[in-house]
Amino acid sequence: MSATSQIAEGKPRPILQIESLEKVYATGKRALGGIDLAIDHPQLVAVIGSSGAGKSTLIRCINRLVEPTAGRILLNGEDVVALDRKGLRAARRRIGMIFQEYNLVERLTVMQNVLSGRLGYVGFFASLRYRFPPEDIRGAFALLDRVGLDGYHNRRADALSGGQRQRVGIARALMQRPDLLLLDEPTASLDPKTARQIMRLVKELVSERQTPAIINIHDVALAKAFADRIVGLKDGVVAFDDDPAKLDDAALADIYGDEDWTADTEDAPPSETLPARETAS
Amino acid sequence: MSVVSPSIDPATWRPPTLFGTRARRTAFWLAVAAYIVWSLSDLNIDGARVLAGFPRALNMFERMIPPSFERWEILVNGMVESIQMAIASSLLGAVLALPIGIAAAVNLAPRPIYLLARGFIVVGRTFHEIIIAIFFVKLFGFGPVAGLLTLAFASAIFLGKMLAEDIENMKPGPVEAVRATGATFPQVVAYAVAPQVMVKTLGVFIYRLDANLRHSTVVGIVGAGGIGQTLSASFSRYDYDFASAILLSIAALVALGEWFSDWARRRLR
Repeated sequence: MSATSQIAEGKPRPILQIESLEKVYATGKRALGGIDLAIDHPQLVAVIGSSGAGKSTLIRCINRLVEPTAGRILLNGEDVVALDRKGLRAARRRIGMIFQEYNLVERLTVMQNVLSGRLGYVGFFASLRYRFPPEDIRGAFALLDRVGLDGYHNRRADALSGGQRQRVGIARALMQRPDLLLLDEPTASLDPKTARQIMRLVKELVSERQTPAIINIHDVALAKAFADRIVGLKDGVVAFDDDPAKLDDAALADIYGDEDWTADTEDAPPSETLPARETAS
Repeated sequence: MSVVSPSIDPATWRPPTLFGTRARRTAFWLAVAAYIVWSLSDLNIDGARVLAGFPRALNMFERMIPPSFERWEILVNGMVESIQMAIASSLLGAVLALPIGIAAAVNLAPRPIYLLARGFIVVGRTFHEIIIAIFFVKLFGFGPVAGLLTLAFASAIFLGKMLAEDIENMKPGPVEAVRATGATFPQVVAYAVAPQVMVKTLGVFIYRLDANLRHSTVVGIVGAGGIGQTLSASFSRYDYDFASAILLSIAALVALGEWFSDWARRRLR
């Protein structure tokens, strides 16, 4: 965080500022219909919304894995949308991304996967022979230690459990020393306990490294438990943007549509349409 | 139109046919039958001529036994030339296949390059090795150079196509992830594409090496060097006992190649 920019405007310059971002796919589907969003301090921002509301498109537009149709995305004041290929690569180096399916290269070792986070800083032939600078290697070992994978560096990625793979994914993203973290449903493929552990790790890392993170998440309870701020998307526009505490049933109905949000699922009677299958398990 | 017509008796059900309707299916098989009848009547198969071939075959086999390994130096030279041709052409083909395969993968290459590479593959696969060999023999003269270039060209096309297919079937996630770190295109290929396709591609390469060993015995017949050329010469001089020695050697070589191919591909995982 720079103190100087605060003096100029009287308020901090946003780390990320999204202005009227639009995305229309080639199929004609309007995924984003003018998104405005600013993040001006390190915080964990959870983006919720139904499938197809534009969550994934939104975060993929930020590092342009999906090309925006219109709008501006300012990362530390620089418009990502206007960058050429070289500039885009430089911007992507500063944006770490974590995926639902981990997206590790399965036949490579944990260390090879983690070091791939530094590819933007290493020449092609050096990277081909895994000649990364010693400080990168040291950093990779430190990060593996931090995410709880000390001693796993020579394991192949496909030998790890889901939670371990996601930790490798997080370490790879952090290797970039990013200014911003993007997380696309990082817990959707994990069991509830592992999901909470990963969320806790992410929350800790956001405050430790003072890096803001945008996280797409389906699990509203998980979002409310760990996020500093919740953004609700509905049909490609922002329907809610506030503290998690303010996300009440009315707000949920705005985002997801009508449903009995007060029903407590744990005490809910067994569904009448589906036969109970207690004996099967 | 309702999806379920009320006239259908719900107790009988047949899977939909590949042809859409039953009438179309009947028409297809009738057409196949008609074609077979027509082509057989058109070929003028002469029973007497076929029968006359049998005694000639017997005579030929008689003269083939026992095989004569007297001129073994020529035989060994031809075999060595074929083996060298197969190995060199496979390696050269593999190197050429890398850019072809990457360019022909729809998920990596920009549209125009993709179409160009696919077009090249289609054209390249149109012609059989023998036709390419005839062409190269005209260009470079008799001998193993023509054979080597023929097999290298055919291997590059084949391996390139297989590589492209493999790249198109890989998981897109790791590619997206490596791209998202700010990696350059060559780095994406080296870190996300290569590890995913390496094992299968090596397997295909070994298969192609084995196939080239077999092809190398054939292209010689049109004058492109190797054991095939020796074989062709022995046939035209009615040296059937030498020809059978060559055929036995080729069979042994191909069997050896196949065994090696199986062994090597089993060791890959």
